[in-house]
Amino acid sequence: MSSPAPQAKPLPARPLSPFMIGPYYRPQLTSMLSILHRITGVGLSVGAVLLVGWLLAIAGGAWTYASFAPHLGAWYGQLLLLGWTWSLLYHLCNGIRHLFWDLGHGYSIPVVYRSGYAAVAASLLLTVAVWGVAYAR
Amino acid sequence: MPAEEATLRSPLKRARGYGSAKEGVQHFWVQRVSAVALVPLSLWFVFSVAQLSSENFPAVKHWASAPSVAVMLALLVVTLFYHSMLGIQVVVEDYVASEGRKLVTLLLLKFAHAVGAAAGIFAILKIALGN
Repeated sequence: MSSPAPQAKPLPARPLSPFMIGPYYRPQLTSMLSILHRITGVGLSVGAVLLVGWLLAIAGGAWTYASFAPHLGAWYGQLLLLGWTWSLLYHLCNGIRHLFWDLGHGYSIPVVYRSGYAAVAASLLLTVAVWGVAYAR
Repeated sequence: MPAEEATLRSPLKRARGYGSAKEGVQHFWVQRVSAVALVPLSLWFVFSVAQLSSENFPAVKHWASAPSVAVMLALLVVTLFYHSMLGIQVVVEDYVASEGRKLVTLLLLKFAHAVGAAAGIFAILKIALGN
């Protein structure tokens, strides 16, 4: 463990590091996709609760499932599922972009922009594909 | 090399490579490992569930109780909650400044993730093995 903190002297009024996007820093594709990765990640953590709820509803039997499934089919359920589908697929595509960065590839500005647009396009195409499969049935 | 002689870091510190966080690259690495695992698992899941969208309860239960599906679902739930915990931890560490509140928030979130994963595994086992 660390040593006990010394008695706090009043800190000089230094500027705190501000949240940069907004008044200090022009929004760009790169920063927007970065924060979107985090937002979709948090949203997917909430979606994981729904996944467990769905599994518990199946495990609970026909009656439990009958009280759960209609909510998924309702307009708000479909809207949430659409949001979660795209969030998952965006987080997945942009995550692959991150994995390439981790391997040391794709750091030049033109490539960063191209891979950013590609991640968005791929996530939208995959979302259309998933919902196409769902509604073609 | 001259550059190495100039440093005050001991060779042991360099060999351990743990740095100031005292855990080295463990968090970074397991986040990547779980991410790679989740690529096939989550693609399999969304396209499987899309195909189930218009099915009734017996068909959904029949699908979920197949051994291969139950194993895939269990892998998905464990990896998803693990990856989620790693990511949420970073978000909390970034935005919760107070050490006390950070510790309590992280503890509660870790417990919540454990509960979610355990409930998911229980449901998968009950579907696959129970009657």
